[in-house]
Amino acid sequence: MAAHRCSLSALLLIICSLLVFIVADSEKATLTGDHHATAVDNLQTVTETEEGAAAEEPAVEEERRWEETVVEEATADKEDTSAPETVVQSSVPQPKDDFQEELVIRPLHSGDIYASFQFRTLWETDFMRGNKVSHYRLFPKSLGQVISKFSVRELHISFTQGYWRTMQWGQPFLPSPPGAELWVWFQDSVTDVDGTWKELTNVLSGIFCASLNFIDSTNTVQPSASFKPLGIGNVTDHRFLRYATLPREIVCTENLTPWKKLLPCGSKAGLAVLLKSEKLFHSSFHSQAVHIRPVCQDWQCKTTSWELRQTLNVVFDLHTPGQGKLEWSLFKMFSRTLTEACPLASSSKIYIDITDDPQGEQFEVSPATHLLSQAMVLGDRRTFSVYDLTQQITFGTVRSLNLLIRWKSSEGDMLRPLLHAERYVAGYGLQTGEIHTLMYNNHPYRSFPVLLLDSVPWYLRLYIHTLTVTSKGKDNKPSYIHYQPSKDRVRPHLLEMLVQLPPNSVTEVTVQFERALLKWTEYTPDPNHGFYVGSSVISSLVPSIVAMDTNSTREQPLFSSFFPCKEESSYFMRVYTEPLLVNLPTPDFSMPYNVICLTCTVVAVGYGSLYNLLTRSFQIEEPSPGLAKRIANIIRKMRGVPPL
Amino acid sequence: MGLLSDPNRRRALISLLTRLNAPICVVCYMAGVAWFMGLAFEPFTLRTYMSENAMGSTMVEERFPAGERALGTGREFSAHKKKAGGMPVDWLVKTMQSRGLEVFTQRFSRRLPFPDEDKERYMVKGTNVYGILRAPRAPRTEALVLSAPCSPGDDNNQAVGVLLGLAQYFRNQVFWAKDIIFLVNEHDLIGMQAWLEGYHHTNTTGMDWSPLQGRGGSIQAALSLELSSDVVTSLDLVLEGLNGQLPNLDLANLFYAFCQKIGVLCTTQGKLQRNDWDSVSGYSHAVQTMMLMVMKQASGRPWGDHGLFLRYHIEAATIKGINSFRQYKTDATTIGRLLEGMYRKLNNLLERLHQSYFFYLMPSLSHFVSIGYYMPAFGLLALILLLRALDLWIQLATPPTFNLNPPPSQMSSPGVLSVLTPLVISHLTGVALYTLPIHFQEIAVEHFPVSETEAVVLTAIAVYTAGLALPHNTHRGLFVPPFNGWKVLKLVAVLYLAVLLGCTALINFSLGFILALTLVPVAAFVTPDVPKALSAFIMVILSPACTLLFSVFLFQELQEMPVSFLDGWMLYLSVISQGILDHALYGSLVYPLVALLVYPCWLLFWNILFWK
Repeated sequence: MAAHRCSLSALLLIICSLLVFIVADSEKATLTGDHHATAVDNLQTVTETEEGAAAEEPAVEEERRWEETVVEEATADKEDTSAPETVVQSSVPQPKDDFQEELVIRPLHSGDIYASFQFRTLWETDFMRGNKVSHYRLFPKSLGQVISKFSVRELHISFTQGYWRTMQWGQPFLPSPPGAELWVWFQDSVTDVDGTWKELTNVLSGIFCASLNFIDSTNTVQPSASFKPLGIGNVTDHRFLRYATLPREIVCTENLTPWKKLLPCGSKAGLAVLLKSEKLFHSSFHSQAVHIRPVCQDWQCKTTSWELRQTLNVVFDLHTPGQGKLEWSLFKMFSRTLTEACPLASSSKIYIDITDDPQGEQFEVSPATHLLSQAMVLGDRRTFSVYDLTQQITFGTVRSLNLLIRWKSSEGDMLRPLLHAERYVAGYGLQTGEIHTLMYNNHPYRSFPVLLLDSVPWYLRLYIHTLTVTSKGKDNKPSYIHYQPSKDRVRPHLLEMLVQLPPNSVTEVTVQFERALLKWTEYTPDPNHGFYVGSSVISSLVPSIVAMDTNSTREQPLFSSFFPCKEESSYFMRVYTEPLLVNLPTPDFSMPYNVICLTCTVVAVGYGSLYNLLTRSFQIEEPSPGLAKRIANIIRKMRGVPPL
Repeated sequence: MGLLSDPNRRRALISLLTRLNAPICVVCYMAGVAWFMGLAFEPFTLRTYMSENAMGSTMVEERFPAGERALGTGREFSAHKKKAGGMPVDWLVKTMQSRGLEVFTQRFSRRLPFPDEDKERYMVKGTNVYGILRAPRAPRTEALVLSAPCSPGDDNNQAVGVLLGLAQYFRNQVFWAKDIIFLVNEHDLIGMQAWLEGYHHTNTTGMDWSPLQGRGGSIQAALSLELSSDVVTSLDLVLEGLNGQLPNLDLANLFYAFCQKIGVLCTTQGKLQRNDWDSVSGYSHAVQTMMLMVMKQASGRPWGDHGLFLRYHIEAATIKGINSFRQYKTDATTIGRLLEGMYRKLNNLLERLHQSYFFYLMPSLSHFVSIGYYMPAFGLLALILLLRALDLWIQLATPPTFNLNPPPSQMSSPGVLSVLTPLVISHLTGVALYTLPIHFQEIAVEHFPVSETEAVVLTAIAVYTAGLALPHNTHRGLFVPPFNGWKVLKLVAVLYLAVLLGCTALINFSLGFILALTLVPVAAFVTPDVPKALSAFIMVILSPACTLLFSVFLFQELQEMPVSFLDGWMLYLSVISQGILDHALYGSLVYPLVALLVYPCWLLFWNILFWK
C-alpha cells in the first residue's frame, strides 16, 4: 500500500509541476491584457478573472482526493484557458474555433436546486479588419454580422425572469437583473455611437425576439465606472459604452428558442437537449444571457479571438413540506436524460457542487464518479464532482445519464451573504416619495468600497439635494459621485457613487423624488399598474470567505496558511437590487367623455354668463317710442325743433 | 343666466328668493332628508357588479383541503400564546419557516398619550411576525397581504390557524404572480400601524419600530381575517377605514361573488340582506344597514385592522367570522377555500383595483349607492346655507334702496372688526379644546380624584362647556357694534359653514351629512331676535357634542343593543377618549376637525344668538 501511494504521489508531482507552469504563463497573458488598468479598472480585471473562474471551473482533474492538490488549485483558477486540451489545440493550427459546454448543478441552502449552463464558442478571427468574414462554422452568423456591422467590441445581454434571492440562495455565478439588460462597448472607430446603438438594439430585438427596441435615450445611460470591459482592450472611455435595462420585459419561450438556435448543436445534442421550455419556465428563477468579448488566443496574447458565451441559469423549486431527504434527478428537472455530448464540442462536462458535504453524509450522488475538481467560486473554495460527457463510460451500460442526488436540506434559516442589497419606495400619496437603497456588509471586521449605479427614469424627478448616505447612524460621505440629471422625455437620471461600507453594517442611501404628471399619450395602456424603475447595480470587490477563515477549520498544509493569500483576499461581485414599481398620478381614463362634457358645459354656461355679468355695465333701457312718435320726431328734426 | 342679465327679471328673482327664503329652506331640508332616506330603497339603488375584468371573467378553482389541520395549528398557537403570555414569536417564526416562507419580525413600542381604558393599555410593546411567500419568477414588485391579529385571550386563534394553513397550501401552488405576505400583528391596530409605517418607512405618529428586513414591493390589496370559533354561521365584511376611507368597491364585489359561489352566508354591518324590499320591514332593514355604515364611516376610525392600509392606497377589508345560534354552519375548510379564491383572483390583477367606485354606501351587500346618487342629499342641505347667505347679502346691500354696486364703504371697517373678534375668540376656544385635554391631564389627576382617561375626557367636556360662556360676552365694551353687525357675522359664519361642510362631505360624506343635518337648521334660523331661552336650548341640543351623544344612542339602537341612559353616557365618554386616541395613534382627523373648525363655527352662531 505504501509503495502504491508513493508511485501515485510521484505522478501527482509531475502533473502539478506541469500545471504550475501553464498557469504561470496564462497569468502573464492576463496581465499583459489588462495592464493599463486604473483603480476602478483593477476592480474589473478581477471580475474578468473571477467570473472566468466562476464560470469555467478549471478542468483540473485528479484521480485522487482533493486535499493533495490544494496548493496548486489556489492559482489554477486564474485563467480559463488552463485546461490542457485547449493548450493542445492552440498548438495545432487547423481548427480556429472551439466549442465547450458545461452544466453546473448546485443544491442550494434553501433546498432548491440551481442549474447553470454555459456554452462557450471561441473563434480566432477579426471581424473588424476590412475583409468581410463570410465563412462561419461554430460561431453563429447572425451575431458575427452584428459584431462587424456595428463595430461592437463587447456585448452583454441578459434576459431574466424572477429575482435572485441572495438571502436564500447565496450568490449566483452570473448575476443579472430582472427583465432585460443590455450593455455594449463600441469600438473607438464608431463616430455616431447613439445612432449605432439605436440600430443595434433594433437588430438584437429581432434576433432575440424581445422588446429591446423599446430601448431609447430615455432609458440608456453611460456609466462612468460601474461597467468596464471584461475582455481585452484598452479603451475605457465611457463615451463608447451604452447601458440599458428593461425591467418590465417578460422572458419566455419565444426568447429561449432563438437563444438555443445560436448553439452549434442547437437543441439536438449535448447539454442543450435538457433545455425544454416546459420545464425551464416551471421554476423559481430563469435567466439566459449572451456575452461576446474579445479574449487572448494564447498565452502570449499575440492574437485575439472572439468569445461567445451563452449562459442559462435556472433555479428549481423543490419545496416539499415534510422534512427528510430531497431527491433530484436530471429527468425530474428537465424531463430528459443525457445520451451524448455535442459532437462539435471539445469539452462537455457536468459539475455537481458537493462542497457542503465532503464526507458524503448528506449527499448521495448516483452514478458515482471519482472525478473531483476544486475551484474558487466567488471567494469560496468549492468542490465539484465531474462527469465528462465525451467519455463513453460516463453513460454506463444504459447509454443514458440520469444524475440523481439525494440530500438533506437545512430549510428555514436564511443566509447572511457578505454583500447584499435591497431597495424600496417609501412614503405614501401620489406627489412625492423616497427611494431607499440598503446595502448590507455582513463581514465581521473588514470594510470594503462598493460602486452604486442608479438609473432612474425622468418621470421620477429626483431631488438630489436630499441625497443622504448613512451607515451605523452616521453620515457616510461617498468618495466619488457622478450625477447626471435627467431631461424630461430625453434622458434618465444617472447616479454613480463610490461608498465605503463599514464592517457589519447597513448603509442606507435615500433620495427623495417627485412624481411627474405625464402627458396623456405618455401613459402605458395599463397606467394603474405603475411604472418600473430598473434595478440599481452594486459592484464591489468583496473580501473572500476563504480569507475570512482565520481559525482554519479546514485541514490544510501549514506552509500555505500563514499570510492571507492575495488572490483569495477579495473577489469581484455584482449585486442587483429589485426593480421598483411606482404609481404615478393617473387620470381616470375611463371617463374622458364625461370630463369633456362637464368641462364644456361649465365653460359654456357658467363661465360665459358669469363673464358677461361681471364685465358689462347695465342700464335701464328706454322703452322704444312708437311709430307715430318716431315719424313726428323726424318731422320735428327737419323743422329744426327739438324732438319729443 | 339670461335671467340674471336682465335687471327686471333679476330683481323679480331676488325678491322671490328673499320673500320665500324660509319656505324654500324648509323644503330643501325636507327634500335632503327624504332623498337620503330614499337611498336605501332598493329600486333606487344599483346592483353591485364586478368592474375589474381581470377578476371577472377568469374563473378559479378552490381546492384548499386542510381546514381541520388549520384549526389544529390554531389550537397549537393558542397554547403557545398562553405560555408566552403574548405573541409566541419563536414558535410563529419556526412554523412559518417550516412552511417555506421567508420570515421576518418587527419590534415596536408606543406610549399612549393617556391610558386606553377600553383595551387596558398604556405602554405598548410588541412584535409583528410576517412571512413572505415569494412568487416564482416574479421580481418582487407586487405583493398581497393576508393578516390576522394576535389578540389577547382566546380570540382570533382560529384566524392565525387558517392563515398558517393557507400559507402552507399556497406555498405548494405554482400560479402566484405576486408575493404574498402573511402577517400576524400584535396589539391589533397599533401593531398594524407599526408594520405599515415600517414597510413604507414613514412616521406619522411618532411610534418606535425596528426597520423591516424583507419586503415584497408595492402592496396591491390586503385582507385581514378575524375568526374566533371553529365554525361560523356567516362572514361579515368590514370596509370602513381610517377617516371614513373605503376600499374600492370591487373588493366587496369579490367577497360577495365568492360567498355566492361557495354558498357562505355573508353580511355587511352584521346584517343579512333581505329580498322583501317592498315591505316596510325590508325597507327599514336596508335603512338600518345603511345608517350603520354611515355612522361607522362618520366616526372616522378604522373598524378593522384593514383600516390603516387605505392611507397607503392599498385596497383592504376585514373579514370577520360570526358565530351565532343559527343552524347553518360553515367550517374552516370553506373559509379557507373562500380566501384562496379571493387571493387567486387578486393574484390575477394586472393593475391596482381602480375600475369601480371608491365613494359609495351599501344598503346591503348586493346593492350600493354611488357618490352621484348620495351627493344631492347633501347638496340640498348645503343649498340652504347658500340661500341664507344670499338673503343676508341682499339685506346688507340694500337697506335704503336697491343698489347693485355692493357694500357701502362706511360699514366695512367696524364690520370687519366686529366679525374678526368673535372669529378669533371662538377659534382660540377651539384650539384650547384641541390641546388642553391631553396637556392638562397630569394637573387634573393631581387635583381631582379621577384617572388619566377620565381627566382627559372631562377636561374636554369642561372646555367645551366653558366655550359656551365665553364668546358672547367678549365684544362687549370693545366698541359699539354697528347696526346690523350680527348680519355680517352671520353671513361670514354661514359661508364658512358651507365651505367647511362641503369639504368634509367630499372626503367623508357621512360625517359631512350628519354634521349638516344638525348644524344647518341652527345656521339657518338663528338671529338675535328669537326667544333666547328656547333657542339656546335648541342650539345646545344641536351642537356637535350632543350630536355625538345622539349618535352613540342611535348606533346602539341600530345594532339592536339598546343601552340605558347611564350606560350610554359611559359609552359616550369612552367614545370621546377613543376619538382623541385615534387621532394620536393613527392620525384620524375627526377630533381635530370638530375641535378646530366645527365647534368654533358653531360658537359663531351661538355668538349671534346672544348678540347685543
